[in-house]
Amino acid sequence: MQQTMPTAAGAAPARRRKERIDRGIKARSDDVFALTSYREMLYVAIPPAIPVVLLLVLPLILPIYWQKVLLSAAVFAVLAMSWDFLASVGMVSLGQALFFGVGAYVAGILDHYLGLPVWLSIPLGTLFGGLICTVLLLPVLRLRGIYFAMVTLVLPLMFERIIEATGLLGGTEGLTGLTSFPNPWIELYLIGTVVLLTLFGFRRLMTSDYGLVLKGIRDNDRSVMSAGLNIYWYKAQALFIGGAICAFCGAYMTHVQMFVGMPAFALDYSILPIATAVVGGMGTFAGSVLGAFLLVPLSEFLRGVGGWRTVLYALSLVGFIVLLPEGIFHYVRRKYHQFERWVGVEASS
Amino acid sequence: MADNQQNREKPILLRVDGLSKSFGGVHAVVGVSFELRRNELLGIIGPNGSGKTTLVNLITGFLRPDAGRVIYGGRDITGWMPYRIARLGIARTFQMVKPFPALPAFKNLVIPLFSPRVKSLAGGRYGDRDSVAKDLLEDVGFERESSVTYKAAGSLPHGYLKRLELAKCLALRADLIILDELFSGLSIAELAGIVPIIEKLMVEGKTVIMIEHRLRELFRIADRVVVLNFGRAIAEGKPAEVMEKDEVKKAYLGSEEEEG
Amino acid sequence: MLEVTIIYGFVNSVILALVALGFGLTFGISGVSNFAYGALYVLAGYVVWIFINKLHIPFVVAACLGVVLTAFLGAVLYRFVLLRVRGLVLSEVIATFGVGLAILELFRCLGFTGFEYTLPVFTDGSILIGNTYIDHQRLWIVGIGVTLAVGLYFFTHHTKLGLAFRGIAQDERTALSLGINSDKIAEISVAFGAGLAALAAIVILPRGLISVNEGYDVLINAMAVCIIGGLGSTVGVVAAAFVIGYAQIISEALVGPHWKMIVSLIAILVILVVKPSGLFGKQKELEERI
Repeated sequence: MQQTMPTAAGAAPARRRKERIDRGIKARSDDVFALTSYREMLYVAIPPAIPVVLLLVLPLILPIYWQKVLLSAAVFAVLAMSWDFLASVGMVSLGQALFFGVGAYVAGILDHYLGLPVWLSIPLGTLFGGLICTVLLLPVLRLRGIYFAMVTLVLPLMFERIIEATGLLGGTEGLTGLTSFPNPWIELYLIGTVVLLTLFGFRRLMTSDYGLVLKGIRDNDRSVMSAGLNIYWYKAQALFIGGAICAFCGAYMTHVQMFVGMPAFALDYSILPIATAVVGGMGTFAGSVLGAFLLVPLSEFLRGVGGWRTVLYALSLVGFIVLLPEGIFHYVRRKYHQFERWVGVEASS
Repeated sequence: MADNQQNREKPILLRVDGLSKSFGGVHAVVGVSFELRRNELLGIIGPNGSGKTTLVNLITGFLRPDAGRVIYGGRDITGWMPYRIARLGIARTFQMVKPFPALPAFKNLVIPLFSPRVKSLAGGRYGDRDSVAKDLLEDVGFERESSVTYKAAGSLPHGYLKRLELAKCLALRADLIILDELFSGLSIAELAGIVPIIEKLMVEGKTVIMIEHRLRELFRIADRVVVLNFGRAIAEGKPAEVMEKDEVKKAYLGSEEEEG
Repeated sequence: MLEVTIIYGFVNSVILALVALGFGLTFGISGVSNFAYGALYVLAGYVVWIFINKLHIPFVVAACLGVVLTAFLGAVLYRFVLLRVRGLVLSEVIATFGVGLAILELFRCLGFTGFEYTLPVFTDGSILIGNTYIDHQRLWIVGIGVTLAVGLYFFTHHTKLGLAFRGIAQDERTALSLGINSDKIAEISVAFGAGLAALAAIVILPRGLISVNEGYDVLINAMAVCIIGGLGSTVGVVAAAFVIGYAQIISEALVGPHWKMIVSLIAILVILVVKPSGLFGKQKELEERI
């Protein structure tokens, strides 16, 4: 449990502790000007290259069935990154399905009622999906704490009810027979590109000064406010960014499945991204991608167990948040950057 | 503006007029009025729970007053949102210092430097925030070439955190700086380092309000003091005179807060 | 028509209050928002059902056991999950939500759906009030709901434990310095909330089927009532329950049954815009403009 702390207060009988030291190559490559060899350049370049290469190559080599799994993993990776982004601005969403569903329905409506082509309905679905959700959640932005979580949990369920009750937008049947993508390659490489853009975009954004302000809102909103910054405006911007990205996933899936219906608001789209981000490692975005590419294929293997999957996600979520809150990515990154050794502990001098 | 005759030296920067606020049935601030002239250092003192911090929150917009007005530089800012008030040039520190612990000290100043106020004062350009931040930290006593500027703010000693808070006000290029218990928890040595910074602010023409429990240190630098008790302003005047008043003695009598 | 609306609105309001009391109490005391609340409610229903139908325990005993067991589970939830993430709002929310989800979906997987899953009514029959028939179970609901609300008020204002609860709620640090163990109190508060959920389930569920989806509905209703009433205020919970309770019944009568939920949603959004601290919210923090 105490893996992040190099102390050994509890390990009295062994009288030793784990010591973690940055690898020399890490220290040298922290500053880009200190790179002196190909080895060091590779050390810096390989980790970000892994997702790029995988997302470019995998569609080519995977069989059709696993291509679909890849697609689904990519969608959940994006949803998880959006969740992670919102959480790092202090907005804990329990309802990514809201953004997803609204995006999906906007795209579906544009296609079904207005007959817009795919290359228009997806961008418009993204834009309006993000806008609609931002406007809906505006009242909650003023409040700290659990209100955002509560309202985002309530809203998708409400939308489901409203559609069911009023029979609008196809009611329980949904809208069927929508336009599909021209060919599966566009489908796969589009979502792959979006995963990469989101991943590197968010990582870049959060280390910029703008990102620091966003994180500052989570850590100490009053301090940010007294610096003359309108935190509601920044939160709304963040909400729009996060929401629009999810809405894109919704719009995209609408056209992949050629269908949009009440399942777009299903709890799956809320819980899986959270599980993914938590298991992978919060606050890194790379963790979300890693988590998605672990959990989604895993759930394919567990297909036989049916509904147990949700139970499993929920339990792994609880397990990770309680026992290993740093997530897998942090762990892997630490191994990459640091080596560990056991050192004897002398009686305190 | 009835007291124009008294306006002998400097113009009035801030006027607080009958400010009141209650929470549920508790009257936290009741009809507090005072004036503050430009380049004046006003101390606000009073026993625990006398409404000092609530008063600051009312002035800076973090709370909406039930009654009364706040006029800053001739403009009625009552009920404005905190960020708009900050943009006018009122900066404040918080009683609880909460830096962004994972960031290096100088990166903590990026947020105030991001403010639209800084941008407009700098003529529409932000400039290099990191080097501005390092200069500011030097102004508040972070040694320039030492590592302390680059240390994670979470690992800074208390004295440096307080300086960091001050630096945030400087970063905003505020005219009026409200310091909420800046001295609390500081050792004599740390105080000796921070008092000159405040004196320098006064030389530079800033206006300062200090909420303080440490009266001895405050009285050395304050021009004027307002005493609050149970939300009411019970006395006002020069530090030495104020403490002679009976009601002030009474308010502090039996209160352990007389000396910090 | 008017009479029916008044009576059924009253019953509906009491049901909402019953459902929300536990959630509100836990939050009010320890600041823990228990997103597993709905799951505990449904769990209590199934547990009592199993006691009665599989183990053939008499109803009264089964009901008591159900309440105790659920309360115990609440304590376990606190001890083994919440305690470790205490103070990290993000983790608290995710952990309790995850636990709730696991419980609910577990029941779904185990096949706990169908018409046989009902709890027995306390007493059969109905009486006539004015021109409206009202069944005994609804009377029981009203009776128990009112007793509970009044009882809780006396408990928190006139007993030692209740006063300790309120002490923690108002100022955790001061309470600590007075020798009140805030972790223990928080654990009791979660257990207490869970017990109330179980009690509500046993009283309310006989009106219909026990179903997994009920868990989500209960959580949403509880949150809606607590947000509108003001988180942490028992008076607020009761007042908000009546506002929403009547609003639901009236809209149901005027527009259609599906609008019940939509009314709650609109009520939440309106209150968050107009008075974010809720009808009776005393939270100074929310009044402060961050």
